[in-house]
Amino acid sequence: MDILYKVFVEPFVFMGEAPDLLIQTLWEGLVSGVLYALIALGFVLIFKASGVFNFAQGIMVVFAALILVGLYEKGVPAFLALILAAAAMLVLAVVVERVVLRPLVNQPDIILFMATFGLTYLLIGFGELIFGGNPREMITGALFLPQGTTEIDALGGSIRLQHLDIAAAVIASIMIGLLAVFFSKTRIGRALRAVADSHKAALSVGISLNQIWVIVWFAAGLVALVAGIMWGARSGVSFSLQIIALKALPVLILGGFTSIPGAIIGGLIIGVGEKVGEFYWGPLVGGGVETWLAYVIALLFLLYRPQGLFGEKIIERI
Amino acid sequence: MLYREAGQFKTNYVSDSAIFPLREDRIGLGLIILAAYALAFLGNSFLLQAVMIPFLVFSLASIGLNILTGYTGLLSLGTGAFMGVGAYACYKLMTAFPEVNVIVWIFVSGFFSAAVGALFGLPSLRIKGFYLAVATLAAQFFLQWCFIRIPWLVNYNVSGALDAPLRTLFGIPIMGPNATPQVRYLVVLTIVILLTWLASNLVHGRIGRMWIAIRDMDLAAELMGIRPLQTKLLAFAVSSYYCGVAGALLVFLWYGGAEYDVFNINQSFFILFMVIIGGLGSLIGSFFGAALIFIMPIVLGIVLPAALSPFGIAVGADTIEHLRFIIVGALIIFFLIVEPHGLARLWQIGKQKLLVWPFPY
Repeated sequence: MDILYKVFVEPFVFMGEAPDLLIQTLWEGLVSGVLYALIALGFVLIFKASGVFNFAQGIMVVFAALILVGLYEKGVPAFLALILAAAAMLVLAVVVERVVLRPLVNQPDIILFMATFGLTYLLIGFGELIFGGNPREMITGALFLPQGTTEIDALGGSIRLQHLDIAAAVIASIMIGLLAVFFSKTRIGRALRAVADSHKAALSVGISLNQIWVIVWFAAGLVALVAGIMWGARSGVSFSLQIIALKALPVLILGGFTSIPGAIIGGLIIGVGEKVGEFYWGPLVGGGVETWLAYVIALLFLLYRPQGLFGEKIIERI
Repeated sequence: MLYREAGQFKTNYVSDSAIFPLREDRIGLGLIILAAYALAFLGNSFLLQAVMIPFLVFSLASIGLNILTGYTGLLSLGTGAFMGVGAYACYKLMTAFPEVNVIVWIFVSGFFSAAVGALFGLPSLRIKGFYLAVATLAAQFFLQWCFIRIPWLVNYNVSGALDAPLRTLFGIPIMGPNATPQVRYLVVLTIVILLTWLASNLVHGRIGRMWIAIRDMDLAAELMGIRPLQTKLLAFAVSSYYCGVAGALLVFLWYGGAEYDVFNINQSFFILFMVIIGGLGSLIGSFFGAALIFIMPIVLGIVLPAALSPFGIAVGADTIEHLRFIIVGALIIFFLIVEPHGLARLWQIGKQKLLVWPFPY
């Protein structure tokens, strides 16, 4: 009975007693959820358009951030460095399309998945060779990202809001809004959606797959750059960031691999669930549940809805 | 000239369904096994300790994952954790019952990881592909967390690490600080050969055909009367058994002691590399993959400094490490482009060419 009380009653009592802590936890969860969603978005873009499960998304985040910081440290002005980093992502997209995707077209998914593993290794080695393995500080000041915190006295306590977190949420929202407009209103966006629906049909109406792939990889690269700046500002730019990219996987599962709104909502659910679980239930089992809670949430969710929240319904035929 | 089909007639069903229908293949296999045993007495201890033992251990783990991913078509990223379950189970068993021979416990520990594997395999009935891969990540992170947080698993020792106690077989130390690489190599080799033989029989028999049917099209297989749940769970259990034994060997016969960190997510990816590069659905591919992925970085580490020094490029150890990453990554992509079906397919093509050599067909 004692254990049942501790699991099912006590955390809720605690939430009721200290609503400020609850709000704080929810806020932190939402912020990390937005950032997970940002990484997941990169996965979804590529998965939709080319069916490739891009494992290298995580390292692309690190790589983009490293280029930005590395250039800035060499004396390049921050905003020029930003543009150059974006250009580097374009080069990467072109090279990946030429060297990896084109020869492997029409191969099984797992082979392409594996190829992005190879790409991950390549980028890790390349990044460390050029920039060294030491963690870097993100250039928040030079990019005019706000710093500092605001404390709001409410609900019998104070809630700390990091300005950076607010900025991250705003920027991520803008990014997602821009992508939504891009997908629904522009010619290229429509072509992307056509490719996502059916490669063959898209080819037959004259859409160039190769071009589309470059574009989505570039778009994913830009998303990676933004994610890299935001994560980098929170926890420094280092290669350990790519582990965070793995956290995007349960987000994808929750949202469905092919859905952009799914990636966002999945990200928020995972972010909040993780923080709340860690804060209220973590101590019962000795803490550190943050490392696996997201996956377990996703796993349990999958048992009820295998295609995710917004994924396309899986219809199987022989 | 030496490798010919001509004159070898199959006169009954047994010889027709033999795994090695050619006499040359059987002789070749015998020679390889003989050479592997001879290596214990000819090779120096660096070769045995740093190359051969891990190669065999990783081959065994690859066979395990290959049964799941290659033969049954279920993608798993939890290999490292299943290896860990085997290692921790082996540690608990052999410290709790020191009087029973450790070889027995190495084999028994596999059953624990088989049970855990089957448990985490349950979602595989409803989900597949990358969704399943992410579900197995739950196993990876959850089990790794258990290894850290449950001190009972390491008998409450302060360091939280597994260490290999002294254990003997016929009076010769095979585990612990006194065991020579030679003896440990022989033990590992024997276990790997035994389990490979078992796996070969499994995948060529009824069970293996069921797995393959599920892989190729699970709906059709179900209509033919194969039960998906049992078949998939069996694949998970057998696969995890192999991984568990490999994990126990990894810690106690190779490292001689390890922490939870050995079984992290990178280990899982590492094994997956081996399976895919070696060839999905091929036992010999598992060995090729392990050889390529494990031994190649070692060779590069030795060759690169030597190759670069004539150009006057003095390179530090960390640069070598980075170059190694780049080369391994590039080679993975290269091999996938050249032969997406893995090294096993290259091997098959080579044998086919050899059969008709010197003619093109």
